[in-house]
Amino acid sequence: MTTPVLEAKKVTMQFGGLKALVDFDLTLLPGELVGMIGPNGAGKTTAFNAITGVYPPSSGDVLVSGARVNGQRPYQICIAGIARTFQNIRLFKQLTALDNVRVACHHGRQAGFTAAFLRTAGFLADEARIARRAEEFLAVMGLADKRDALARNLPYGEQRRLEIARALATGPKLLCLDEPAAGMNASEKVALMDLIQKIRDQFGLAILVIEHDMRVVMGVSERMVVLDHGVTIARGSPQEIRANPKVIEAYLGDSYLEEKHMQVPVEAP
Amino acid sequence: MTEFLQHIVNGVSVGTIYALIALGYTMVYGVLKLINFAHGDVYMVGAFCGFYLSNALGADKDPSLTKALVVFVLSMIICGVLGVVIERFAYRPLRQRQRLTALITAIGVSLLLEYGFQLPSIKALGFPFPPGPTPRFFPQPFTTIEFDLSGVHLSNYDVVSFLLAVGLMLMLQYIVYRTRFGTSMRAVSFDSQIAGLMGINVNRVISGTFFLGSSLAAAAAILYAGSRPKIDPLMGLMLGVKAFVAAVFGGIGNVPGAMVGGLALGLAEEFVSGYTVSSYRDGIAFALLIVVLLVRPAGLFGTFRPEKV
Amino acid sequence: MDTSTPSAGPLRTLGLAGRSVTPLAVTFVITLIAYTLLQRAHADYPSIVLTVAGINIIMAVSLNVVNGFTGQFSLGHAGFMAIGAYTAAKIMLGLHHSQIVGLSPFISDQIFFFFALVCGMVTAAVAGLLVGMPSLRLRGDYLAIVTLGFNEIIRVIIENTPFLGQATGLSGLPRITTLVWVYMGVVATVMAARRLAESTHGRALLAIREDEVAAEAMGVDTTGYKVRAFVIASAFAGLAGGLLVHQIQLCTPRSFTFIRSIEVVAMVVLGGMGSVTGSILAALILSVGVEILRSVQEFRMVVYSLLLIVLMLTRPAGIFGTRELWDLLPRPFGRRRASPAGGTP
Repeated sequence: MTTPVLEAKKVTMQFGGLKALVDFDLTLLPGELVGMIGPNGAGKTTAFNAITGVYPPSSGDVLVSGARVNGQRPYQICIAGIARTFQNIRLFKQLTALDNVRVACHHGRQAGFTAAFLRTAGFLADEARIARRAEEFLAVMGLADKRDALARNLPYGEQRRLEIARALATGPKLLCLDEPAAGMNASEKVALMDLIQKIRDQFGLAILVIEHDMRVVMGVSERMVVLDHGVTIARGSPQEIRANPKVIEAYLGDSYLEEKHMQVPVEAP
Repeated sequence: MTEFLQHIVNGVSVGTIYALIALGYTMVYGVLKLINFAHGDVYMVGAFCGFYLSNALGADKDPSLTKALVVFVLSMIICGVLGVVIERFAYRPLRQRQRLTALITAIGVSLLLEYGFQLPSIKALGFPFPPGPTPRFFPQPFTTIEFDLSGVHLSNYDVVSFLLAVGLMLMLQYIVYRTRFGTSMRAVSFDSQIAGLMGINVNRVISGTFFLGSSLAAAAAILYAGSRPKIDPLMGLMLGVKAFVAAVFGGIGNVPGAMVGGLALGLAEEFVSGYTVSSYRDGIAFALLIVVLLVRPAGLFGTFRPEKV
Repeated sequence: MDTSTPSAGPLRTLGLAGRSVTPLAVTFVITLIAYTLLQRAHADYPSIVLTVAGINIIMAVSLNVVNGFTGQFSLGHAGFMAIGAYTAAKIMLGLHHSQIVGLSPFISDQIFFFFALVCGMVTAAVAGLLVGMPSLRLRGDYLAIVTLGFNEIIRVIIENTPFLGQATGLSGLPRITTLVWVYMGVVATVMAARRLAESTHGRALLAIREDEVAAEAMGVDTTGYKVRAFVIASAFAGLAGGLLVHQIQLCTPRSFTFIRSIEVVAMVVLGGMGSVTGSILAALILSVGVEILRSVQEFRMVVYSLLLIVLMLTRPAGIFGTRELWDLLPRPFGRRRASPAGGTP
């Protein structure tokens, strides 16, 4: 029985009087590709934040590779194996693309501050290794020629890809992508989804994707989780989700359901 | 027992001054999220306004209540305008920039006022402006009457300034919580962008806030100078920082908090320096600041708003 | 910031120790020559100005590590200067009349001074750790106020401690700071800053400045690194303090008020937060400017304040922004730099 990469057990996030996430359960095995959908404000990013340690869960447990990570700081959870991208791109704007990715390689360094000041051989080897690793990940995301461009000068689509390259460079077991296709046109979205599959196959990671575009997320996910108002309202394969009346109601309202006598509304891509 | 009561009297007396100045800090931070380093120096300008006006009206030779009132109100207005001018030229252009930039500018304005007032006087003006670094003596608007309530020393100044300070604070409470302007101010402090979209003239509200805060600082200066008449261009420095600590203690951005914070600091200083070593007096404010920021940065009444990820 | 990989550069052949020692040795020779020439010419005034400028450079470059690289606004740098200064002063006052067996008094004093300076750096670093650990959890303006508060607390404590000379301070310090010592200090500080910047640790600091949440999500221990930056900066502030008091031969709390901290902040801001060369240049400009304005002393601070205001209104990035002069130098002195494929910073 393989240890799941991630186990979220009854995770609840409460902010004052507002329950943003209620009894969230999710288990991911290595290599799985799972999509998380739901209307705006459903709690998807909150789930990400709970998993990655940005906010400690109000109750419930988060386990990474079997080890409980509740209350640990985000950088510790990153080192444990979860990387993420952000809904509103959070690149290091004044740094180059290469430097953005090199920061993600930082936690694998061997040499400390003293070695850096003295420029020991160990330090120089570290730096060479980090540079090589960063260049590899830039190449994987098709950004090799942009290594010296400042992150803030890159076009939007490339910024999104850079964020993914950066997250990959941390060497995660689970990659959490928060609306990676937002703002892209149709062909860019298709290319991105192919890329996500390729990444999963090449690096053997589990991937959790939040997306709004149904076609995109259903085309890529092996299974899905649907949230609404913090509550998980459905789980299953894309086909099952498509037909689930609760999901339809959450997105389109119950009057639609009545009108259509609970028929399947979403067409195949 | 009398010593204890005396400390309370002294603590409240200085605490109301801290409170009046702290209100300026807290209101400006509320609407602009900026620590107005120059606020303490506006207080200093208020003291000097009172000084020049008193001398112009001949209050030192021929004190009268009307003259005192005129000096009081005029100084408040002049400093209010000064606050508006500072905001307009030094802070408003930087509103879209990083907070750090505005903070540095505020430091610059503070230094400008402090050292500008220490420059040698311009002969052509006829009266000694800038006042230069030597301390001046604030003329007494009315004669001091000391009285003794069962061993506790009090002067008429203490009573008058306490009553006036409380009166001003009550007026401010009314303005902030019962007028349209006050509601606009609170709206801007929650979210200035949305407030603007709701039809509030954000610039006007911010200017008004600066006017209110600065005039209160001037009031504090004149009340304080009545019983502690030595004034100099650097007087705003220490007092400003202490009032700022008071505002943070009460919860920066929170109006009643600033009043409570000011009184608390005044009393704390009195009791600690009274019962232990008096030379640590200035350090108390800083120690309190550090304790507050490390234990409960939001202060007594403030709310800590976490960043949305 | 640059994206090249640090290599051993032109000093490649020298090996580890050689790479670090050579710049210091070269500086030693150059400053010794300069010092001797100035002494011969009885040019005391330029000598003093250069010495003070050098101390300011150390202050500005070290503060830049915190304010510029890491983006944390510290307003209490002078406090750490004070700690280094008092430590070094106490040691020198204690050792000044002793002598190491077998060495001349002069050499003996130099060794004591080195020891005193290093001790000053260590105590200042410890102070930086103690102040930084609780404070660096705070954001922007709050951090500024806390560091300012600590600066003043340090001063108040000194003023109330008889062992430290209280408000009158410690006098009778030997005048052992020379151009040589100061510029060795400058080179050490600049080398440290540059080597830090061009390392993975430096990039981690820059990442914290750019987006702390993202840096943390990418595996950077943001609090730990902010504290480390603070400790390093404090250590070098301690060095500057030790050098300063043995130049003016007096160690009083008045030299270390928050006005001094603000002056250093002004240098960092003028030069460009994040630019080591900017800090050097700004420190030089302001040090020399102060001397030029000495005849109109009263106007000095007014000019300073106007400078800050105008700078923030017109060019908040400062002279250099985040760029470095050595990025523009030709290959032997700079580093291997791939041609930029993007826009300009």
